[in-house]
Amino acid sequence: MREVAIVAFGQSDHRRESAEVSEVEMLMPVLHEVLDAVGLRADEIDFTCSGSCDYLAGRAFSFTMALDGVGAWPPISESHVEMDGAWALYEAWTRLLAGEAETALVYSYGKSSPGDLREVLTRQLDPYYVAPLWPDSVSLAALQAQALLDAEDAEDAEDTVVDERALAAVAARSRIAAEDNPHAQVTGSPPPEALLEDPYLVRPLRRHDCPPVGDGAAAVVLAAGDTARRLCRRPAWIRGMDHRMEAHSLGVRDLTRSPSTRLAAERAGAFEAPADLAELHAPFTSQELILRRELGLGEGVRVNPSGGALAANPMMAAGLIRLGEAAAAIHRGAADRALAHATSGPCLQQNLVAVLEGDVL
Amino acid sequence: MTKEPVAVVGIGQTKHTAARRDVSLAGLVREAAVRALEDAQLTWADIDAVVIGKAPDFFEGVMMPELYLADALGAVGKPMLRVHTAGSVGGSTALVASGLVAARVHRTVLTLAFEKQSESNAMWGLSLPIPFQQPLLAGAGGFFAPHVRAYMRRTGAPSGIGALVAYKDRRNALRNPYAHLHEHDLTLEKVRSSPMLWDPIRYSETCPSSDGACAMVLTDRAGADRAPYPPAWMHGGAMRSEPTLFAGKDCVSPRAGRDCAADVYRQAGITDPRREIDAVEMYVPFSWYEPMWLENLGFADEGEGWKLTESGVTEIDGDLPVNPSGGVLSTNPIGASGMLRFAEAALQVRGRAGEHQVDGARKALGHAYGGGSQFFSMWVVADTPPAD
Repeated sequence: MREVAIVAFGQSDHRRESAEVSEVEMLMPVLHEVLDAVGLRADEIDFTCSGSCDYLAGRAFSFTMALDGVGAWPPISESHVEMDGAWALYEAWTRLLAGEAETALVYSYGKSSPGDLREVLTRQLDPYYVAPLWPDSVSLAALQAQALLDAEDAEDAEDTVVDERALAAVAARSRIAAEDNPHAQVTGSPPPEALLEDPYLVRPLRRHDCPPVGDGAAAVVLAAGDTARRLCRRPAWIRGMDHRMEAHSLGVRDLTRSPSTRLAAERAGAFEAPADLAELHAPFTSQELILRRELGLGEGVRVNPSGGALAANPMMAAGLIRLGEAAAAIHRGAADRALAHATSGPCLQQNLVAVLEGDVL
Repeated sequence: MTKEPVAVVGIGQTKHTAARRDVSLAGLVREAAVRALEDAQLTWADIDAVVIGKAPDFFEGVMMPELYLADALGAVGKPMLRVHTAGSVGGSTALVASGLVAARVHRTVLTLAFEKQSESNAMWGLSLPIPFQQPLLAGAGGFFAPHVRAYMRRTGAPSGIGALVAYKDRRNALRNPYAHLHEHDLTLEKVRSSPMLWDPIRYSETCPSSDGACAMVLTDRAGADRAPYPPAWMHGGAMRSEPTLFAGKDCVSPRAGRDCAADVYRQAGITDPRREIDAVEMYVPFSWYEPMWLENLGFADEGEGWKLTESGVTEIDGDLPVNPSGGVLSTNPIGASGMLRFAEAALQVRGRAGEHQVDGARKALGHAYGGGSQFFSMWVVADTPPAD
């Protein structure tokens, strides 16, 4: 397999409101940041791929305005997925693997602030049998969390205790870690015991169990082989990457498991050697526990030192940010082998896992 | 490093029509997918990954519908990608899928594009609200009509050329059982006297709104060896994009289209497309785009494209048949329209185009464009594998 690496990563400051900037204006500084980091202009990049969603923008073809911002002149080789930017990165990665490009620019962005995100996300659901009921994203996550708590009460429960305190511990740990992340939207947390005194938002989830709603953008640059070595002191090599889908109907899934994550991790080679860092796209605290179990992450693995999606969850970018954060940790020598995970759809329906490594310096 | 050759071994499409009220979105896409699998004599278990594409989600009112369609497309437990590059999306989707095979990430990939336009009103779905756009346009026709007028002024083409294209494509559609419009009693005079919608584009020179889906099975060399029918081999594929509007943009013959064609021809080793390509499926949603794209794609010199149309070169029995399937003018499930061009090109070189087969077609071009004439995707397919 051809060597391909993430050689630059940038992200915006994620915020609850960004009415004063358009999506393009939010994205532009991030694009310039990653291009400046590798010393390339947009027209020197071989392939560009982006991820965004018309339903957040509230208009058709919203990605065309971002393309104008990229400066696609002379014309560029370019594609777009209506998915989280992690999948745009996947598409770009395959172009580099095929030898069709040496470098790729990947970006994604989302502004959730103009609408009611919980309501908007109901439009993702089966349009005949589920969407007409308008079950919102937090309520569906609560169903999943309750299933997890109930499963842990059962006799065949595994050795780890999953209760509401364990959920609160994930929230506290993530947001305290985010104090070191200048881009995070929500930072700092009272201890778990204090969090449990809050009322439920949607039982069994409290506000701390849920991601912040916000606006943000992210970008990475990919490069192959010696080009990557030239552009980056310590490239984050993509050793493997895979993504898998699950059934859409929640009724046919075991919501306490994530077989798609486990399969993607297997295919990506995640279990071939222990990782020292994992960036998981777990918007809800309960989902981190599910993902940890599927990925076999033990105590020795630092999970979401960035704060993860509980500290900033810009739709369409939060998955790409996990890949970027994991790569950035390798770039600066803070990790040698990292797992990055992205998710899409209700209750972790679709999952992507990448294995990133740095050369021994 | 060499890429894996990519072969098209299965093609399926629905009978395109104004409204498929008898099926859900899932039912529509599954119909095309099952037909592609039957053509390849494969089962769902043979498919390693699924890549789907469609135009804006507002057309059906389902956000990121790949999540809901995963079950219908046999994608559970598999990788699934969703492409969206405006009107070119059907072509881009096929190219993304081909990339997975070329990179040897997967061996056999199902790719599918669809639109169920009857779920909404595409014209108003494409008419963006203030402040995104000034309220001057009504749908795609309003956007493209000025570009057609610019072409007519630039080339001095006679005003009747557009009607010739529309009449030809609608006649070709009578040979294609899957085409949406089957206008048996259409005459050239009826095209010429149909109501003016966006001057100079008349009603009969405009694409319909269709419900439909198109699917293809793409595979590697080993998969092609097992195929029951002759495969179409991909000899080149490319995408190019440029901004929507900017000072100096050539709206009549966008550079992104010219660059994209040049890239595909280079990959396919084509130096004289007019002589070397036997059939063209190009994205002509409004009649005048045939002569415009003939020039943009290098089949005619600048200002000369309309002469090919006028002299009958682009007729199904002409020297360079364009849209023997009836094209977008006869069938337009927007998201699928680009993939239909790619698939119809492949059908031609497989010799499986039925009544609209071009005799002796061995090399064909599939072409799609979208947005404000800014997104282009193309592929060249042939009846033999590419040279190593």
